[in-house]
Amino acid sequence: MSQQSTQIPGLLAGLLGTLRRDLLLAWKRPGDVLNPLFFFTMVCTLFPVAIGPSVEQLAFAAPGVLWVAALLATLLSLNSLFLADHEDGSIEQLLASPQPLVVLTLGKTTAHWLTSGLPLVVLSPLIALAFRLPPGTIWVMMTTLALGTISLSLLGSVGAALTVGLHRGTALLSLLILPLAMPVLIFGTRTVSLAAAGDAYSMGLFALAAYAVGALSLAPFATAAALRISNE
Amino acid sequence: MSPLFSAHNLTLIRGERCLFRELDFALDAGELLLLEGRNGSGKTSLLKAIVGLLELETGEFRWQGAPVSAQRQAFLADLVWLAHRTGLKPDLTPVENLSFESALRAFRSQDIDAALERLGVLRLRKLPLRSLSAGQQRRVALARLLLAQASIWLMDEPFTNLDSEGRTLLGDIVTEHLESGGLCIMAAHQEVPVDAPTRRVTL
Repeated sequence: MSQQSTQIPGLLAGLLGTLRRDLLLAWKRPGDVLNPLFFFTMVCTLFPVAIGPSVEQLAFAAPGVLWVAALLATLLSLNSLFLADHEDGSIEQLLASPQPLVVLTLGKTTAHWLTSGLPLVVLSPLIALAFRLPPGTIWVMMTTLALGTISLSLLGSVGAALTVGLHRGTALLSLLILPLAMPVLIFGTRTVSLAAAGDAYSMGLFALAAYAVGALSLAPFATAAALRISNE
Repeated sequence: MSPLFSAHNLTLIRGERCLFRELDFALDAGELLLLEGRNGSGKTSLLKAIVGLLELETGEFRWQGAPVSAQRQAFLADLVWLAHRTGLKPDLTPVENLSFESALRAFRSQDIDAALERLGVLRLRKLPLRSLSAGQQRRVALARLLLAQASIWLMDEPFTNLDSEGRTLLGDIVTEHLESGGLCIMAAHQEVPVDAPTRRVTL
C-alpha cells in the first residue's frame, strides 16, 4: 500500500471544503446565526426608544449605534468559531491533515464572515432608514460595515483560537479583540458621520480597506499558530 | 534495511510529569504496534506526538528512512488518526461528515456507501449523527479508515463502544489493512482480535 502515490487534494479544495462544511453546519443550526442578528436589531431598535424621537438626535447617533451594535454582535458570534470543533475533536483532525492549517482556518473564518458579517451588512439599510440617515449615505455605511466586519472576523478568529482551550474564555476574548477592533470602530463611525454631513469621506473607506487587507494577509497565520498552541 | 517507521530515544514531559523516557520502537509494513499501559500512562500523548501535536523533549520519529520532521506533509498525507474524540459533527449525517474528509486528504468519496455498508450503518446514512448510538457513531468514524488512502493507521482505543460483532469486524478490517502492507499503531487495554505480527510497547 505504501508504494501507491498519495494524492493530497489541492489548497482550494481544502478551503472550499471547510467553508462548505461550516456553511452546512450554520444551515442546520440557524439559531447560531440568528442570535447575533437578533441582538443587533434589538440594540438598534432600543436606542431610539431611549434617546427620544427627535430626528436630528437620531441621525446624529445613528453611525455610532449601528457600529457599536455590529461590533458587539460580531464578538457574540466569535466565541463559537472554534469551540464546537474543539469539543468534538475536529480541530485535532484539521491539525493532523496534510493540508496547511492556514488554508483550513481561512475557510472557517470566511464561513464565519458569510454567516455573521454579511447578514449585518444586508440588514443595516433597514436600521439606517429607521434612524433617518440620509438615503445617499446608506451605501457608504454598508461598505464600511462590509470592510469592517471582514477585519473583525479575521482578527476575532485569532482571539477565538487563542482562547478556545480555556473554559469561559469569552471575557478574555473580548479583551484581546477590542484594542485591535478600535481602529475599525473609529474609522467606521467617522466615515458614516462625514458622509451624512456631506463631507469628504473616501479617506475612511481607504483606511478600512487597508485594515481589512492587512488583517487578511496576517490574521490567518496567527490563527493557525494560535490553534496549534491551544491544542498542545 | 531500516524499518518503515521507527522511534528513537523518545522522551515526553507533560507539565511536571515525565510520561516516558528514552523510548525506542520500530515497525515494518504489515505489523501492528500495541501501546499498553494503565490509564494516564501516556498512550494518547504518544499518538499525539506522532501526529505532531505535542513537542517531544528528546528523540525523533523516522518514516521510510528519513526524519518525520523533514517530511511532515508527506507523512501526514499517508496517515489517518482515529482519535478518542472522533471529530464527526453531530449535526451532519454520516455521508456529509465523511465527504468533508476529501478536503483534507486523499479519500475515496465515491465508496462511502460501500464502507458504511461494510460497517453495518448504511441505513443510517441520512440521519444526523446525534441520533445514532455511541457504537454506531464509532462505526461511522471507522469508515474513515477504510476510505482514506493512508498506510499508517493511528488508533486510540478503537474498540470503545463496539459490540462483540463490531470488535470482530474491526479486527478483520485491521488485519486486512496489515496484510495489504499497511501498518497500525493502536492504544488498547484489552486483547485485540487482530491476526498479524504484533509488537508491544508498555508505557
